[in-house]
Amino acid sequence: MNHILFVLLRRLRTPLITVIVVYAVSILGFVLIPGVDDEGNVWRMDFFHAFYFVSFMGSTIGFGEIPYAFTDGQRMWTIVTIYATVISWLYGIGKMLSIFQDQAFIRLMNRLSFVRDVKRLREPFYLVCGYGMTGARVVEQLSKRGIQSVIVDIDRERIDALETDEIDFSVPGLCADASQPDVLSEAGLESPYCVGVLPLTDHDTVNLAISIASKLIAPDRPVICRTESDITTANLASFGTDHIIDPFVTYAEYLALALHSPYKHLAYDWLTNPEHRSITSAYQETQGRWVICGYGRFGRALYQSFKDTPVELTIIDYDRSRVCEEIDFVEGLGTEAVTLDEARIRDAVGLIAGTDDDANNLSIIMTALELNPKLITVARQNLSSNARVFDAARTDLVMEPSRIIANNILSLIKTSLLGVFLDEMVHRRDDVWAHELVNRMSTVAGDQELDSWAFTVDPECTPALSKALEEGKVVDLSLFQEDPRGMNRHLSAFPLMLKRGEQVKLLPDESTEVQAGDAILFCGLSGAFHQMQWTVSNFNVFSHVIGDTDGQGGWLARWYRKKKLS
Amino acid sequence: MNREKVIFAFFIVLALTLNFGFFVGDTGNPDHHNVYELYAAIVVSLIATVLKFGDRTHIGAVLLATSLVADLQLVAAAIVWGAAEHIMVNGMTESVMASVVSLSAGALLANITSVILLMVETIMIRR
Repeated sequence: MNHILFVLLRRLRTPLITVIVVYAVSILGFVLIPGVDDEGNVWRMDFFHAFYFVSFMGSTIGFGEIPYAFTDGQRMWTIVTIYATVISWLYGIGKMLSIFQDQAFIRLMNRLSFVRDVKRLREPFYLVCGYGMTGARVVEQLSKRGIQSVIVDIDRERIDALETDEIDFSVPGLCADASQPDVLSEAGLESPYCVGVLPLTDHDTVNLAISIASKLIAPDRPVICRTESDITTANLASFGTDHIIDPFVTYAEYLALALHSPYKHLAYDWLTNPEHRSITSAYQETQGRWVICGYGRFGRALYQSFKDTPVELTIIDYDRSRVCEEIDFVEGLGTEAVTLDEARIRDAVGLIAGTDDDANNLSIIMTALELNPKLITVARQNLSSNARVFDAARTDLVMEPSRIIANNILSLIKTSLLGVFLDEMVHRRDDVWAHELVNRMSTVAGDQELDSWAFTVDPECTPALSKALEEGKVVDLSLFQEDPRGMNRHLSAFPLMLKRGEQVKLLPDESTEVQAGDAILFCGLSGAFHQMQWTVSNFNVFSHVIGDTDGQGGWLARWYRKKKLS
Repeated sequence: MNREKVIFAFFIVLALTLNFGFFVGDTGNPDHHNVYELYAAIVVSLIATVLKFGDRTHIGAVLLATSLVADLQLVAAAIVWGAAEHIMVNGMTESVMASVVSLSAGALLANITSVILLMVETIMIRR
């Protein structure tokens, strides 16, 4: 704030001195010029009257010629001073207004108010660098969960959009280059309330710079970084970035999962994607030959993750040199029926339109469906503004990089246990197990959004439960599913995983006893989460749920009960 | 030669000399104290204050403070004078004049401090 005051004062030096000098000369003039009083005697204004007169004249209020009517000499001087004072005032005020409208000054003000907002934050927040499609989605979802974020973006328009976007509370945003450590530090990188850094800009180098800065300043703070090239991924991993998300690799793995184990894929989708698909959409007819249009980053990632599955691949690309020899290859864009025919689209089971042009992808899908209506189609959507068209095209799957990154980040932020669970499920369980899981999820959530959350049994996270365990009470997992609002009703949620020490148990039994230090992952409706929080945190609700009437009420009620008994 | 420094030193010293000129003389005697001199001292002191606006050096901030003190004292003296002449029934008496002059004496001290600071700053510059 001091800084602004200095700038303001320095720029106001000249106008202020002008006003002082003009006033001084005007007042002196009135004191020196002789006047006449009402009786015709020579009378001189003193400084008091002169200052009074110039004050109201200069500000164009104008009370008239007081205390006595002026002589012609005084009037002549008045004419001169009217113009001089009014002009000097206008000059001063104009100068001040121009300072307030000065772009540099406004930027300075914005920056200072941003720094102040960040300093005032007294709750955990995520530092989001880059407020593009991905960033906006992440911030919106975070705000829905009541988590604060701080935004840095280099684009003025995006920061302006922050005001109008649907965020439940005001989020501080700064227009600056996030790769500069100064900017990061102002955005709260050093703040103890910053719980994570999310570099989500379009530039890998910037993301890299942010990650390094964050890891150097606060090594324990998680960094979830977006990347688009393998070199950056390796670089990020080398200094311990916690999570690295490459949208193309992630989606390719996701798609590969859909092909070889449809129910695992569905379970994965339900847990990571708020708009999950219906249970009937699990693909059965996926074994066979797939056609991939476009062998760019996405195509290459797909090829890598499809290599180990029993799936044949045909690639269509306009550039022969990008593809190595042993792949079945057709040269062309894929938008024309000739190219698609050459790729034998009529006997393929699926088509992936993965070029970096939305119009081309749609055209490929439509042409291919005319040739083979039974095709499973996957389209890559590059711009989120095209969502409407992609909806209308009725493709089976849409791959939208920004959505993938956002969903991944959110599932990582919700709880770190979810990542462990998904990893276990994908690599250690079979599809039949996943089928049962999906059925269970479906009975709990139906068409609503499936949420997931975790509790660690410790005095901070679950005070009521921890105290009961300390007192030697035996509590099992079914406690969590009790609805505190009524006996014999169950919450729409079930435990996904129990982590005890280094051991994890997937889908633990309800009769499993809870021990201090356990971490339990649940999935269900978000309403159930709030009820569960009541049960484990509030001593009275907890006593009510386990049916222990002695523990209920405040000390007054307990004292009264004891008295009544004795 | 730094033009800004010349202008500032000029005004700071002028404020001191004018103030001193007003101050010397018999404390209670209105004939010894010229109203024009007080007026000039106020104007010059105000200009000297504005000239120090936005100076971020430490000595600049202290100079701003001392000249603000001088302004305050001189304006108070002018208000006392004006009030005595026009508002009070007795008009300008010896005791009122004494208080005006003592106020300006306070301002004089502040002006002297300013000039000393200015000299210190000048001496500290090594070329």
